[in-house]
Amino acid sequence: MTAEPRRGPSEPVDPRVRRVELLISNLLRCGVLASLALIVLGMVIAFVQQPGDLLRPERLVELTHPERPPPHRLGEIAAGLAGLRGPAIVTLGLLVLLLTPVVRVAVSIVAFVYQRDRAFVGITSTVLAILLASIVLGQALH
Amino acid sequence: MALTPLEFTLATFGVSIVAGVVGALLGLGGGIIVVPTLTLALGIDVRYAIGASLVSIIATSSGAAAAYVRERMTNLRVAMLLELGTSTGAITGAYLAGILSGRWLQVTFGVVMALTALQMLRPRRSALHVPPDPLADRLRLHGGYYDQAEQREIRYRVTRTPLGLALMLVAGVLSGLLGIGSGILKVPAMDLAMGLPIKASTATSNFMIGVTAAAGASVWFARGDIDPFIAGPVAAGVLLGAVAGARVLGRARSRTIRLAFVVVLLITSAQMLWRGLQ
Repeated sequence: MTAEPRRGPSEPVDPRVRRVELLISNLLRCGVLASLALIVLGMVIAFVQQPGDLLRPERLVELTHPERPPPHRLGEIAAGLAGLRGPAIVTLGLLVLLLTPVVRVAVSIVAFVYQRDRAFVGITSTVLAILLASIVLGQALH
Repeated sequence: MALTPLEFTLATFGVSIVAGVVGALLGLGGGIIVVPTLTLALGIDVRYAIGASLVSIIATSSGAAAAYVRERMTNLRVAMLLELGTSTGAITGAYLAGILSGRWLQVTFGVVMALTALQMLRPRRSALHVPPDPLADRLRLHGGYYDQAEQREIRYRVTRTPLGLALMLVAGVLSGLLGIGSGILKVPAMDLAMGLPIKASTATSNFMIGVTAAAGASVWFARGDIDPFIAGPVAAGVLLGAVAGARVLGRARSRTIRLAFVVVLLITSAQMLWRGLQ
């Protein structure tokens, strides 16, 4: 991967702007790689721990039945992780994935402070506030 | 049809790769492929299917955006400004979900999407006729990217920013109501109203849908509707597909992307009308 975008030779690029683009791109890439690694690892562990499940159709029904929700409280997930259980590792990977856009917005605020762009510091801060508010409201409703 | 867990995982993973490629190219979350496959073909409960689809939206967004931001295909400033509209809309939509009739909403959006599709097929007016937009000037929203297919730098001016923001509010409401990324509305809003080139529109939409879906996904997660056995293979497949798809967009012809988008728009419109009028 090259650091410079493929572009015409005459285009001047503000190095600060370019640095921010690379920061955001790298952040997204890290989130993607970490979650992908955790999800694949967790799936492999889940199947290795119970190899018999692989080929039993009735087990799929149990695993995906709406009446039996998967572990989703943070305590359950932590316990699953401590026991190196496959589904808990997959869930951790999914959580990393869900948090990546939120972290991206937070990092953007810092990036616009660095660019001394007051309008966009305000805009991204408002977006983060709305995003956090909707997450908190969402948790409160359930 | 009784699938074993192994077969289910592989099937879901394979379909999700396709969803990731399509989503990355067209600025969508892949929900239009993931949800019907899970519910109709694999017999999964719709709650888990929507949970997995929210995960798929975030996966497409992050997977493709890493490349698009680097290549300047994403207009970061436009994306972050418009996220104001989408996030406000999404929180409003989640609140309105209990009040509005989903039926008429589906019919309304079905009609809007069909009209949008027709509009997108009409030849574009020349870039010389872009009306001036003081807000876009002040916020320095204008952009450019290097188009590999045309082998040249494409510069564009952004226009009608207030209208774009209003349309994003509507797209956000739809996301909040239906648990979708609504790239299907974001792309035409940027393409038709704000004057972004189609590739910049899909890449910028791609960047934004992750944020719209993140708030929704946290709610579904707290309810236990994101099942690792379903969402896991979806996320892994979509991530790989999106990373691959992002390598193709630069080389694809704008006309091809536009036509493919119109086809998906018409299919979604028909789906919405069908569900609303049933």
